[in-house]
Amino acid sequence: MSGPNSSFDPVEVTPLKADQVDAMREEALTAVAAAADLEALRRVRTAHAGDRSPLALANREIGALPPQARKDAGMRVGRARAAVGQALAARTTELEAEAEARMLVEETVDVTLPWDREPRGARHPLTTLQELVGDVFVAMGWEVAEGPEVEAEWLNFDALNLGADHPARTMQDTFWLEPADGGLVMRTHTSPVQARTMLSRTPPVYVVCPGRVFRTDELDATHTPVFSQVEGLVVDRGITMAHLKGTLDHFAEAMFGDGITTRFRPSYFPFTEPSAEVDLVCFVCRGRSPEVESCRTCKGEGWIEWGGCGVVNPRVLTACGIDSDVYSGFAFGMGLERTLMFRHGVADMRDMVEGDVRFTLPFGTEI
Amino acid sequence: MKAPLSWIREYVDLPDGVTAAELAHRLTALGLKLEALETTGAGVEGPIVVGRVLSAVDEPQRNGRTIKWCQVDCGPEHNGPDGPRGIVCGAHNFGAGDLVVVSLPGAVLPGGFAISARKTYGHVSDGMICSASELGLGDDHEGILVLDPGLDPDLSPGDPVADLLGLREEVIELEINPDRAYALSLRGIAREAAIAYGVAFHDPAMREVPTPNDDGYPVRVEAPDGCPVFATRTVIGFDPAAPTPRWMARRVQLAGMRPISLAVDVTNYVMLELGNPIHGYDGDLLAGPIVVRRAREGETITTLDDVTRTLSAEDLLITDDTGPIGLAGVMGGQSTELSASTTQVVVEAAHFEATGIFRTARRHRLHTEGAKRWERGVDPLLPAYAADRVAHLLVEHGGGSITEGVTYVGGPPEQSVVTAAADLPARVTGMSIDADTTVAHLRTVGCTVTAEGSGADGARAASGTLSVLPPSWRPDLTDPYDLVEEVARLVGYTEVPSVLPPAPPGRGWTRLQRLRRRVGLALAGAGLVEVRSWPFLGQGHLDRLGLAADDERRDTLEVANPLSEEAPELATTLLPGLLEAAARNRGRGTTSLGIYETAPVFVPTVDRLRAPILPVDRRPDDEELRRLLAAVPHQPLHLAVVLSGEREAGGWWGSGRDAVWADAVELVRRLGSLLSVEVEVARATRAPWHPGRCASLTVGTVEVGHAGELHPSVCRAYAVAPRTCAVEVDLDLLLAAAPAVVRAPRYSSYPVAKEDVALVVDAALPASVLAETLREGAGELLESLRLFDVWTGEQVGPGRTSLAFALRFRAPDRTLTEAETAAARDAAVALAAQRHGAVQRA
Repeated sequence: MSGPNSSFDPVEVTPLKADQVDAMREEALTAVAAAADLEALRRVRTAHAGDRSPLALANREIGALPPQARKDAGMRVGRARAAVGQALAARTTELEAEAEARMLVEETVDVTLPWDREPRGARHPLTTLQELVGDVFVAMGWEVAEGPEVEAEWLNFDALNLGADHPARTMQDTFWLEPADGGLVMRTHTSPVQARTMLSRTPPVYVVCPGRVFRTDELDATHTPVFSQVEGLVVDRGITMAHLKGTLDHFAEAMFGDGITTRFRPSYFPFTEPSAEVDLVCFVCRGRSPEVESCRTCKGEGWIEWGGCGVVNPRVLTACGIDSDVYSGFAFGMGLERTLMFRHGVADMRDMVEGDVRFTLPFGTEI
Repeated sequence: MKAPLSWIREYVDLPDGVTAAELAHRLTALGLKLEALETTGAGVEGPIVVGRVLSAVDEPQRNGRTIKWCQVDCGPEHNGPDGPRGIVCGAHNFGAGDLVVVSLPGAVLPGGFAISARKTYGHVSDGMICSASELGLGDDHEGILVLDPGLDPDLSPGDPVADLLGLREEVIELEINPDRAYALSLRGIAREAAIAYGVAFHDPAMREVPTPNDDGYPVRVEAPDGCPVFATRTVIGFDPAAPTPRWMARRVQLAGMRPISLAVDVTNYVMLELGNPIHGYDGDLLAGPIVVRRAREGETITTLDDVTRTLSAEDLLITDDTGPIGLAGVMGGQSTELSASTTQVVVEAAHFEATGIFRTARRHRLHTEGAKRWERGVDPLLPAYAADRVAHLLVEHGGGSITEGVTYVGGPPEQSVVTAAADLPARVTGMSIDADTTVAHLRTVGCTVTAEGSGADGARAASGTLSVLPPSWRPDLTDPYDLVEEVARLVGYTEVPSVLPPAPPGRGWTRLQRLRRRVGLALAGAGLVEVRSWPFLGQGHLDRLGLAADDERRDTLEVANPLSEEAPELATTLLPGLLEAAARNRGRGTTSLGIYETAPVFVPTVDRLRAPILPVDRRPDDEELRRLLAAVPHQPLHLAVVLSGEREAGGWWGSGRDAVWADAVELVRRLGSLLSVEVEVARATRAPWHPGRCASLTVGTVEVGHAGELHPSVCRAYAVAPRTCAVEVDLDLLLAAAPAVVRAPRYSSYPVAKEDVALVVDAALPASVLAETLREGAGELLESLRLFDVWTGEQVGPGRTSLAFALRFRAPDRTLTEAETAAARDAAVALAAQRHGAVQRA
């Protein structure tokens, strides 16, 4: 940059003539408008707004003018430079928008391409079902109790009114641990958890006990030696079979949908008296089957066996230290595999056992 | 228990139109559950008649068989225009003159088998001579059914046989619960049927029987506790060749037992009818008085099934002078068995105590029809009636006579009165059942009810106390709640109202339960699939894991009665189950997979404690309970993971990435961060992992498990992909380390200062140790440290490795100066140099 000119010759500063400044401006604006892309515009900026551009050079000459001419020339050149600057900014914005629009078009991809790079996972539907059952009861204020799978014989049998000489003991084909008289079994049901609960706390008791149980059945389409149950136990003042029915109706609807209620049939379990089998309204024919005799799910019965239940036998309360004159209770239990088979149309028990990921994956983490 | 409808009807005035299905439905509602409804001979129609074989000519065929070409007189109505019908038959157990069953063209046999005239073996066979199995009368395939004129002297050709043979029968099969032993008889089922329809019941046990005397077969009962009643009757002059009447054989067969001979069939028939198991002895083979006593330890008996059994002192025996002749209530002995030459039958109808029979049957694994009834409880009043009924049926169908002698030793055990509040059924069931209803229903099931202060008049029972004497056939009614069930089932279980009980506020899922769910969701989120395998394994599984002989995981609990000899032990590690699942998936074409399982493993108690059997008439005291619970093995919850094949799939974006040891380790580190638990990783050697690629995982001072790549021999042994990686951790320990409340971090908003250092160290130095040293050396100003590069090779020299760390420094209260940052960095490097001989790379 040159310093102020103190010895000037006005004749030589022709660029500052008004028409010439106007021409420079027009030329610059035309060039800006003609710039086709940002690169061209960059060149236009250098040529018409850069340090060596005519307007910049003209600006430098202002100092050489006689003082009386400086103001006028300065205004003229300043306006021209401002106009060019504005045009450049506007054209830049315009071209940038155009360029981005073009880029967006060019960058289009096929979003249907798979990106199955990371493997997918899932929880076993029985686990999820078990938690779903727990959620249903926890929402009512119940708690979820647990216990060990290898269990004391006394807790699995005796405390539940299943003494050593009870014929019903042979109904539950038991895995005994060595030594066979060592008082330990693989639990045949989750009922010992009920006994543990009653032994460890005082009523009121409202618990569900989900878990794995074991019986010496061979694996086939409808049996497995290792399966899961969920049992419920309530001990409180004034508990009746009606409360049992209400609870199971609620549970059935939560599992299988509105209108799927339960039916009781007299049955026998050593730990309950009276005892009942629980049937579900067939969720396929919704109980219409006896009339139409076509439902394959319930074999025309209109009802499906779901589990067992009853009023807790006072002998069980006594063995667990609960005063049966003050408290009464109910208990129920059902197979989770069976529930899963009904609820999700699982055809073969073995599917739940084999650990084939193709079976489990579709269940995700919520069923 | 299978019960033909026609047999039930014999004792109940059922309305005519009642079908087996309707009856079964009502019985189910009363507690005798329908198991199966079977209509034998359903669909049988058309002419099936008696025929007399006039001639039967053997005709050898080119295929080697010989057929009989028969002329059969089927009666004037069913003969052809030329008289007798010509029929080809392949069986040979008959001849001219025999009466047979002929299905004529147009008939349909069981199973929808339609008969028509057809050409075969050069003749037109104009019907079929039937075998018993073709008629649905059992599975006797030995030739055709020849009708015995001795059984039906009036039969003549052309008579229809459907009713005569009982071809069409509806049979109800009921599942009888252990408390309803009385229903293991037609008597019991008929009684329930009468209740179901509110109609009269005719008790087949109600018969006049002679008064006992001393002239019967001598019996001495030395164990009256096991055998309270022993009755006998004797039949002499019995014809062992007499056939069983067809209706009786048919009923026995429909009830699920096999007809054998008249004498045996009669004993079975009466057991089915009344529920009292009967035994018959060949009187000529008995020597001296019958003595009922306990066995001597080690004594032997050969039972009817031809097995010689060694007895326990608890077993109850029937003996005579020769020794044991029967395992009481369970199975008779061979030496006095009824046979084809028996002409004198001594009938035993006894009453045995339930528990003793249960133990004997279980001890000898002899779950006979008799034992099944005794162990559940039989009506003790029956023996005299049952013995009399058997004797009469034997004489009626086998001739001979009943001797005058009537033996009856002992007497029925006394039944206890049950006292119950009259309003108990209402209180227990939540139904509105008044006292009158309770009394009425208890009487319906046979109880004698006395209401307190009102004599026998139950109608005024109000809400007082009832004294209830159960009927002799209901030994199961011992508690007030048993009576409640009787009343409730008669009112109808369907009447129970539905009321949701209001639970008090609960604590919800416990924290551990929530954490376990969280862990499962995280693992699924990490692309793993949950597997639920069985907890059984054998030493072979542990061999395949390469466990040393003294590995603690070989110390297992054993199942006394395992399903498989290969897997008689309880799992101490989840890996065998998971690896088998991985191999199964691989075999089915899923070659890349990540699977996990959470399940307990089973650790024997130190001294392999026995769990006591505590009393049940009270709560165990604290010491008893402590001993009981201490004997239950420790069962920590484990988590195991198996990663096989690709952890990231290849695709159009590029190639895939196989799972490596680091994926396994990182899974646990991630679980750690999820739980706010710092998992420390150290090098370890442990089967079944690769000795150079196994990480020990520690929380604080507690080792929670291991992760890494499996040993190649383990991959081969389990047939999983090479370089399969695995994790096994004690989830209980990991979850226990999770803080209940996570403290919020403090962080500084002053600018960060970054420094990178590359250190060359001995290749054996674990990166985690070096990182820890740097952390210590850098001091409080170090905000974080991250290993970002690992170099080996010529530049760093053999046996050396270069580890590059990015260090971030920040102070809580000021912007750090370059000098401060450099000093902290230098201190870190200096400590690494001092401790590990680390050399900083330029």
